[in-house]
Amino acid sequence: MSPQHRLVVDRIKCDGRGLCAELLPELIRLDDWGYPIVKSESVPVHLLPLAQRAVEDCPVLAIALRRSQVKK
Amino acid sequence: MTRLLDSPERFGPLPQLGVDFIDAIERSGLVGRGGAGFPVGTKWRAVAQRSGGRAVIVVNGAEGEPRSQKDRLLMTTRPHLVLDGAFIAARVLRARRVILYIGERHEKARHAMLRALRERTEPERGLVTLAAAPGRYVAGAETAAIHFLNEGIATPTTAQPLPFEQGVDRAPTLVQNVETLAHIALIARGGTPSSTLVTLAGGVARPGVLEVELGTSIGDAVRQGGGVTERPKAVLVGGYFGSWMEPAEAWKLPLDHRARLGCGVIGFLPASACPVCETAGIMRYLAAESSAQCGPCFFGLRALADGCTRIADNSSDGRDLSRLHRWVDEVPGRGACRHPDGAVMFLSSALRVFGREFASHEGAHDLRRTA
Amino acid sequence: MLGILTVLRVQSPSWPRFLTTGLHRNLALMTVVFLTLHIVTAVIDPFTHLGWAAALIPFSSYYRTFWLGLGVVSFELLLAIVVTSLMRGFLGHNAWRAIHWLTYAAWPVGVLHGVGTGTDTLSAWMLAITAACIAAVGVATFFRLTSGSTDPLATARASFRTAVDRREVR
Repeated sequence: MSPQHRLVVDRIKCDGRGLCAELLPELIRLDDWGYPIVKSESVPVHLLPLAQRAVEDCPVLAIALRRSQVKK
Repeated sequence: MTRLLDSPERFGPLPQLGVDFIDAIERSGLVGRGGAGFPVGTKWRAVAQRSGGRAVIVVNGAEGEPRSQKDRLLMTTRPHLVLDGAFIAARVLRARRVILYIGERHEKARHAMLRALRERTEPERGLVTLAAAPGRYVAGAETAAIHFLNEGIATPTTAQPLPFEQGVDRAPTLVQNVETLAHIALIARGGTPSSTLVTLAGGVARPGVLEVELGTSIGDAVRQGGGVTERPKAVLVGGYFGSWMEPAEAWKLPLDHRARLGCGVIGFLPASACPVCETAGIMRYLAAESSAQCGPCFFGLRALADGCTRIADNSSDGRDLSRLHRWVDEVPGRGACRHPDGAVMFLSSALRVFGREFASHEGAHDLRRTA
Repeated sequence: MLGILTVLRVQSPSWPRFLTTGLHRNLALMTVVFLTLHIVTAVIDPFTHLGWAAALIPFSSYYRTFWLGLGVVSFELLLAIVVTSLMRGFLGHNAWRAIHWLTYAAWPVGVLHGVGTGTDTLSAWMLAITAACIAAVGVATFFRLTSGSTDPLATARASFRTAVDRREVR
């Protein structure tokens, strides 16, 4: 079993600031109105520090990293 | 064959039931009649496991879907059946409260339920409180109901925590549609849920509620209900979160869980009506009913509705259809509740079934310019 | 000032929003370091006869009681703001925001402290620095006050909420 990290956006708190897409363009892009589309929920290990930064930098704390155990 | 609308106005005292009644519900295969179609036994088990005597039962009679009338009719003509189902749930799930969440404009239904409640015994009556659901589309959604009962505001919330874990008063909560509870009441007396309520709307001789045997085709149901006024151009199965179908296909469709009946509204679009205009009108309604808490839903549905309207009015710039298709891919799953998902599924079915009409409406503007 | 730029969602192709946020956080933490240095050097300086009490209890020093006291107030406000910011995840957004508003108090109080306590206040360079800071913050605050809500959903959300709010009825 290996822990997988998933990006979870609280859609009500999110108000389209866009910092997450700036920091993680590999995983997040913005729609026509500035709200995030998470292209891939699971975060590869090499992007984890940036993902953590996105979580900290979000001005409204709308994005979180959750750990889930994935059975191999 | 046990049917809801033919059943006695009042059965005898409730049978003594325990948690093993849930096995009977699972065996019956009963799914929710509020629109989501979730297996009822699974829902009850989740609440039962966590109840500890604190559970709350919410009887969902909000019926916010504009064309649906079945819940109102059931509450007005068979209130005791609904109450039976609610008190059975309270007994089996060891609930401390039963809340009647009835749409604020459904006056006759509310009066009938309260009158029936006064005829019940004291231990049952003492469990019950009444709440008036605001008359907006999303007010009947599970999280919106719970939010309303906790905070007085009927907006949906993010899914966490799940209702069966923490809902009303932070207690494990069961939110169940009134028709589902009525079926429960019949199962408890040895019946099997073999029927379902649908509301026929649009170009039919007798619009209104019809009770049909599960598995009846739409064609037979329509015949049973008095027939259509003219051969329809298309059939909308499942109300505003449902899907459009070609009449030939719809006529054969058996009315059961696989049919994705949603809230049970079946609409018949008259031959003279324009399906693109009708779709645009429904999209404008659904966009206006967004609770405006999530950007993708509020802006996405509004953009989709505006795009459909431009196409319907023959004032499209020729790129609206491709925009619609892109947004249809991008919008679902990015709201806190399922409102944008339902609206997009409805629109997808329109784009599929009325592809030709949408294309010709979009092209009409360009043709007039070159003429 | 960077905080105001954050809430106003300022950005350009060469200035991403995470730069504003990152700078704001780093400069704020640097400020705390320099502020601590300032307080420590002021207290241990044999010339000033200030004890630790004067640095931590507002308006308890004999030297320029009022103006120095303002500095202590400003410092302690800043401490609350920085600590809550570091614990933002635990506190939740609403509680954090309520305390963060105190920056609008902490900054001017700090400036007043500098003007009132400083021995070089009236020298040209000090006046120039002070004036420039006040101008920068003043302009930023003006924009903040005149920009209204920065949330594109604010009006629509409030209007829907009103429509389904039955709190005074219950």
